[in-house]
Parts: sequence; structure tokens; C-alpha cells
Amino acid sequence: MKLKYFSAPYLVWMVVFILVPLLMVAYFAFTNDNGAFTIKHVSAVGEYTNIFVRSVWLSLIATAVCLVVAYPVAFFLSRMDKHKQGTMLMIVMLPMWMNFLLRTYAWMTILGNKGIINHLLTLAGLEPVKLINTSGAVVLGMVYNYLPFMILPLYSVMEKIDKSVIEAASDLGCNSVSSLFRVIVPLSLPGIMSGITMVFVPAISTFIISRMLGGGSNLLIGDLIEMQFLGNSYNPHLGAAISLVLMALILVIMTVMNQFSPDDQVLM
Amino acid sequence: MDNVVSLKDIVVEFDGERILKNISLDIKDKEFVTLLGPSGCGKTTTLRIIAGFLNPTSGDILFDGKRINDLPPHKRNVNTVFQRYALFPHLNVYENIAFGLRVKKVPEKEIVRRVGEMLEMVNLMGFEKRTVERLSGGQQQRVAIARALVNHPRVLLLDEPLGALDLKLRKEMQTELRKIQQALELTFVYVTHDQEEALTMSDTVVVMNNGHIQQIGSPIDIYNEPVNAFVADFIGESNIINGCMPKDCVVEFTGKRFDCVDKGFSPDETVDVVIRPEDVKIIPAEKAKLTGIVESVVFKGVHYEMIVDGVDHKWMIHSTKAEPVGSMIGMTFDPYDIHIMKKSEEA
Repeated sequence: MKLKYFSAPYLVWMVVFILVPLLMVAYFAFTNDNGAFTIKHVSAVGEYTNIFVRSVWLSLIATAVCLVVAYPVAFFLSRMDKHKQGTMLMIVMLPMWMNFLLRTYAWMTILGNKGIINHLLTLAGLEPVKLINTSGAVVLGMVYNYLPFMILPLYSVMEKIDKSVIEAASDLGCNSVSSLFRVIVPLSLPGIMSGITMVFVPAISTFIISRMLGGGSNLLIGDLIEMQFLGNSYNPHLGAAISLVLMALILVIMTVMNQFSPDDQVLM
Repeated sequence: MDNVVSLKDIVVEFDGERILKNISLDIKDKEFVTLLGPSGCGKTTTLRIIAGFLNPTSGDILFDGKRINDLPPHKRNVNTVFQRYALFPHLNVYENIAFGLRVKKVPEKEIVRRVGEMLEMVNLMGFEKRTVERLSGGQQQRVAIARALVNHPRVLLLDEPLGALDLKLRKEMQTELRKIQQALELTFVYVTHDQEEALTMSDTVVVMNNGHIQQIGSPIDIYNEPVNAFVADFIGESNIINGCMPKDCVVEFTGKRFDCVDKGFSPDETVDVVIRPEDVKIIPAEKAKLTGIVESVVFKGVHYEMIVDGVDHKWMIHSTKAEPVGSMIGMTFDPYDIHIMKKSEEA
């Protein structure tokens, strides 16, 4: 019974670093500079609906692309020889060892108007294409940066799928497509769910990727919040209000998603 | 009776290593065939070839006389009961059993009927909605059997299906499986390393070792007339002694001559002499050609197992009467209990 006292440090940690900051965000969101209660900031968030919609839309696309790309990668990874799996996993993780800013900056030089791709196009006698500062570039940046977060949970779930279960499916009449949809996808659902969470949540609140690859025209919620704290339009109350609304939004989306996952797999 | 499955000169190699060496085997319709052998002998590999999970390096596999080497598992009229059941963890008992029928888009009404039949056959009525993870080992085993049989396969392949069950449950399931096989008039190909299981259940036993078939025969033949020392040793316990045949119907071992019933060996050919422990008769030492000192006695339930130190050989004897440890006893054998075998090249 004494064991429960060992959890005390974590309780303190949770209170100090999670609960208190959350309450502070809420406090800031609902007060003005004088500390008086107001809903002015929270209601002002409505003015930025287009930015919210764009953020949700782009991060949904990025999440979907990540899922489509990561699923086969994770599957083949999980079916490889055990000793090859380690090496391949390392290769998947390798970009993560490089600084996030550096990776994103690299994409700027690749996609730029005078970047590598356009340079090659010009050499081939073709018209240069506008790649950087588009919403497509933002999605690409999100996919590139968050792909490992989709692969890893998928892989760890798929690796546990017994080979004989897949054999059983084919023994019972499944070709490879029906094995996929009747057995492999249902069994990897927990991985799909946590992969979506791990990509969607950071993608919707990112600001560096949109700043570097999206230019000024593809502002996301993250950029908006950053501007309230560090930018010219200094207004921490509005920043807190936007953060609060974003949290509520993610909460709603995740709750909806949990309706699709098995009973014992709650993500939040 | 026709052959349902025939294997012709099947060779399987993994990384240059030969797992199966020219396996040829005919499996007749409605027959209960057991592939028996120690682990690594190739019995499971043989089963996987029939199921279609593995392609032989060379050789042909025929089903109803047609070559099916290139037919994928899902198009073969066989179903498998996997070693650790391989049930679908995301589906309940009912849906596990219904799986094959749903894949084949069988009408819902027929699915309900056939799954119901199966649940009744394996005694799992009322368990339809259970998740398979909450079943006991024996119950999972039944689901696995029902899931395979609901598809009405011509041949059911069973890969050590009872290995994970305790002894009592295993005995019950052996009887039950045999009943099911006879009631449904199906062909069963059953893989096990348990010789007793093989002898109890099968019409035909195929003894395998090192990727070779050692002997094919009825349980009685295999037990009474093992073709070589390996089979004799694997099927039940045996005393295996080096000997030679000075002439027909006479064998010499441990320096003494005994009458036997085997003929057709070349003069003074060296042979393996196999004598079952229950065939060694204990007689007073002074009347015996062969004597030894009792080294140990172990009570085994029905009989005592004694180890007797003879001159050149430690004899294992099964007898309902125990002799005191340290006493000198005599041993003798009836001529027809002495089994003479050619030295096998691989033993």
C-alpha cells in the first residue's frame, strides 16, 4: 500500500507543469490587462475562423498523406527479418536526429524559386514552377517532419501481429486485398489511431513549417498564437484565448475519432 | 479409395539447407494420417506445403490428381488448424467461425445455420459473443477447429493442435477429434511429435526424421514391425543392441546366440536388434543365458520400469513385478519378440 507514495512526485509534477499552466492559460484568456473578467478575447477568436479552417484542413491532408505513405512502409518493416528491422527502423528515424529547423530549411532550398528543383527544370528547358510559399509546401513539410511519428506506432502494432493470423486469413479464403481489410487493418487500428493523433496534433499547432515553407499567405493557428506573444501584435490574452479554443477543437476531433476505435483503446 | 493429396518427390531447401529430402506420400480419401517425428524432422514443413504456405523447391503436389503447386492457399480446398490456433483477436467466437464463409460471401442465413452447427459440434453454444482472448486453451482449440471445419474442406490439416493443452484435456480432445473425423468423413492430416497420440488416433502413421520418411504404416504395423532402429526407438521405448546374423533365424548379441524369426540377411551381417521393454521376461539367474544386476526400479503406474545392468548393455524392462535393486536376475525373450533390423545409414 505504501507504494502509492512513490507516485507523489508525479502528482506534484502534473500539478506544477500541466494543471497550473492550463489554469493560467484559461485565466489569461478570460481577463484583460487589469485582471478583470472579460470574454472579449475569446469571442475575438471568431475573426480568425479562416485560419482555423486552413490549419485543420492542411493538417488533415498531411495526416492522411502520412497514413497512406506510412502504412505500407510499417507493414513491410514489420514483416522483415528481425535483424534487418533494426537497421531499417534506424534509417526511418535518421532524419529525426537532425535539427527540425535545419530539415525544414533544407526544403526551402530545394523548393525555392531558384532552388534545386526549379534549377533542374530550367536546365531541362522547362518553365520554373512555384513550389515554395504554397499550401502544398506546408503539407509537404508537415509530412516530412511528422512521418516517423506515423510509422513508429503503426510498426509497433503490426510487429505484434502473428504471422500465423495472416496465414489463417489466406487459409480461410482471403486473397491479399481481403486479408488486408479483414485482418491486418482491424488489428492495426490502435496504431492507426495513435499515429493519427501523433501527427495531427503537432501538425495543427505548428508554426515554423508554415512560416518557412508557406510564406505569409499560409498562416496557421500556431503562427497566430506566436504573433500574440512574440510578434508585433503583442496580446497574450488573445494568444491564450486562441490556444484555449485550439485545445477545445483538438479535444472535439479526438473524441470523434475515439468513437471509431475499439472499446479498450482510448487515446486520451 | 482414391488419393486426395499426393506428394511426389518433394524437396524443400532453405538457404541451401535441405529440410525435406524427396518426400513422396499418398493420402487417401477419409483417412486419418499422422505425420510423426521429432522437432525439426520436416513434418510441419510437409503440412505447410499441402496448405500452400510454402512452395517446394522441386517436386509436385497433387490434389485429386491435379497439380496444385501454383495454387495459392486461399484457392485450395483444405483448411488448417494452427499450432497456436491463430484466432482473430479482433473478432468474437461467432465471427471467428463465420470468417471463411463471410469471405466467400455465403448468404447470411446459411452462415447462421452453419456456424450454429459448428458451435453445437464443438460444444460452444452460448459463447458466440465472447472475445477469443477470454477463452481457455481448450475452448480456443475448439473455435480453431470449428473455424476450419465450417468451410467443409476436403482435407483438414492440424499442426500439433493439442500441444498446448494439459494431459487430461488432450486425451479428451483426441477422442473428440477422431469422432469428428469419422462423423464428417473427412481426411485429416495431423502433425504431432507425441507417438502415443499418433498411435491412438490414426489410420496411417508416417514416421519422419531428418526430412526423410522412415516408415508409413498402420499404428499396429509401426509399433510391431518398425523398419529400423530410429522408428523402434521413437515409437515406444526399446532396447536397441548391436548384433549379427550368423544364419537365418539365429541372431547373436552380447556374445550369446538366440533364436529369432527373421531371415534373408547375408551371413554375419551386422544388424540392430530391437526388443521392447515389456517383451523382456525375467527368469531365475541360474536358468538364464543372459543375466544382469538390477540398477534401479521406478514405479510407472501400470508397470515398474527397471534398468538392469547386463554385460554389454543396460536393459530397460517393463514388468508388473519389481525385483529388488542389486539382485541378480536372468532375462529371456520369445523368438518373435526379437526384432532384427538392417542398420540404417542415418541412425
